[in-house]
Amino acid sequence: MSRRRDGTYRIQLPEGERALLRALPGQLRSLLISEPADPSLRRLFPPAYPVHPENEKEYRELVGEDLLDGHVAALQLLEDTADAEQLDEEQLLAWMRALNQLRLVVGTRLDVDDESSGELPDPDDPDAEVRGVFLYLGWLQEQVVAALS
Amino acid sequence: MWNDPINLMSYVTWVFQTLFGYAKPKAEKLMMDVHHKGRAVVSSGPRERAESDVFRLHAYGLWATMEKPS
Repeated sequence: MSRRRDGTYRIQLPEGERALLRALPGQLRSLLISEPADPSLRRLFPPAYPVHPENEKEYRELVGEDLLDGHVAALQLLEDTADAEQLDEEQLLAWMRALNQLRLVVGTRLDVDDESSGELPDPDDPDAEVRGVFLYLGWLQEQVVAALS
Repeated sequence: MWNDPINLMSYVTWVFQTLFGYAKPKAEKLMMDVHHKGRAVVSSGPRERAESDVFRLHAYGLWATMEKPS
């Protein structure tokens, strides 16, 4: 992943990784639309006022829908451009937001903590495949951070 | 901002730089403050601005809350 002189970004990824980027966003998008209260999605909607329920309610009413719409739009864009070899900056920013959502949800499901967040998966672990996906998403996100920095 | 075990340190630093226009050393220091102390104030201002900043942090998946200074 690298920035070109014209301000666009060149994306080089093997087909297997692109297949993952085509598949994952749609799964999360469906869950966001059908089960927005699913516990694995809680990190996508953090409380703004944890100790003031009334303010929290107002905040949710004001921006809750925009937050959900923005999450869904970023996932849709990642899915639609998973095969792209070139992205503009706005598209790459949407990739960043979508990749981060995916990491947050996978990490929440795996109950990742500070010690385990970078660990390589143990092949005997029943979650090994999901842990592999989690690590891959982190690696890819680091590439996006580097390209945009 | 609250520490969380999932978001990457490089990503959190990048979000602070991008959303608040902080230079990299300031963004990194804030990120490390959050990481080591568990929480840190990353932005302050009137309620409307605080809500807008919190919303932008939530859009990027960071765990931000706001409170009135006591």
